[in-house]
Amino acid sequence: MSILNLHNSLNTYLILAAILFGMGVYGLVTRRTLVGMLISSELILVAASINFMAFNRFTAPDPTVGQIFTLFIMAIAAAEAAIGLSITIAVYRNYKSVDTEDLVDLNG
Amino acid sequence: MNPSDTTTIIGFFTGDGFAGYADAIAGIVFLVMLATTLVGGIIACTAERLVRAVAGLALSFIGVAAIYYYLNSPFVAMMQMLIYVGAVCVTIAFAIMLAAPEDTKKNGPSGPLSGPLGLITAGLVTMGMTGLAVNTTFSVLPKENMGEVKLIGIELLTSYSMVFELVSIVLLIAIIGSLVIARHGRSK
Repeated sequence: MSILNLHNSLNTYLILAAILFGMGVYGLVTRRTLVGMLISSELILVAASINFMAFNRFTAPDPTVGQIFTLFIMAIAAAEAAIGLSITIAVYRNYKSVDTEDLVDLNG
Repeated sequence: MNPSDTTTIIGFFTGDGFAGYADAIAGIVFLVMLATTLVGGIIACTAERLVRAVAGLALSFIGVAAIYYYLNSPFVAMMQMLIYVGAVCVTIAFAIMLAAPEDTKKNGPSGPLSGPLGLITAGLVTMGMTGLAVNTTFSVLPKENMGEVKLIGIELLTSYSMVFELVSIVLLIAIIGSLVIARHGRSK
């Protein structure tokens, strides 16, 4: 298959989504601030959306369903970003830090 | 210019020649957008400064919007630009400015082992999912429609109206909740 015809293959999108998911997992594991972890979790969500859209385009009989699902994922991601960031700001106000190693009050 | 040249030019724009070039251009643009997505993702998960990570995230989201366009969904591509690039990235940038995580001690990886271990974890997850995707044969069902925007609207307000209302309530509660959490202690 020609490299210019990659956009007509389901595997391209699935592998791209897998790589984005891996980047998100890497960022989530290695970041030490709450905002950095939130950025990585957005990458994971977008990888899931790409998977939905790819199967929607190539295999699903009704292509509206995947698009609607992706729209719902976007709405939930926006809500998640708003809540996560307000929690981050509240944490910063109380601890003067968003470093995950400083938030150890519940540590046994 | 003799008539045969004109025919060649017209044939270039209407016949197979132009279609071939259009396919090639579409393929090249797709490769560029694929690279944009991946480079943006790498910046987003490895950049030292969080502002650069947000910029990389926005770059990655723009690439993803173009990929949605290649998946026959211009409407979702537009919503991706509006919601992710326009709202989520800007909100994260606001949080970086308000919470000032750049002032903390280090922004790098937490501990000497977390980099390699994180890389191994992410690599294993990616390899596993790639292997699954490549080695599985997915059954392709015949299309009932082409997924037009009009049909999305009809489905949203008929089959999925309950979910639509629930998502609206979730968003409303998220807005009120984030206001309540972030506003606490600001009145003094």
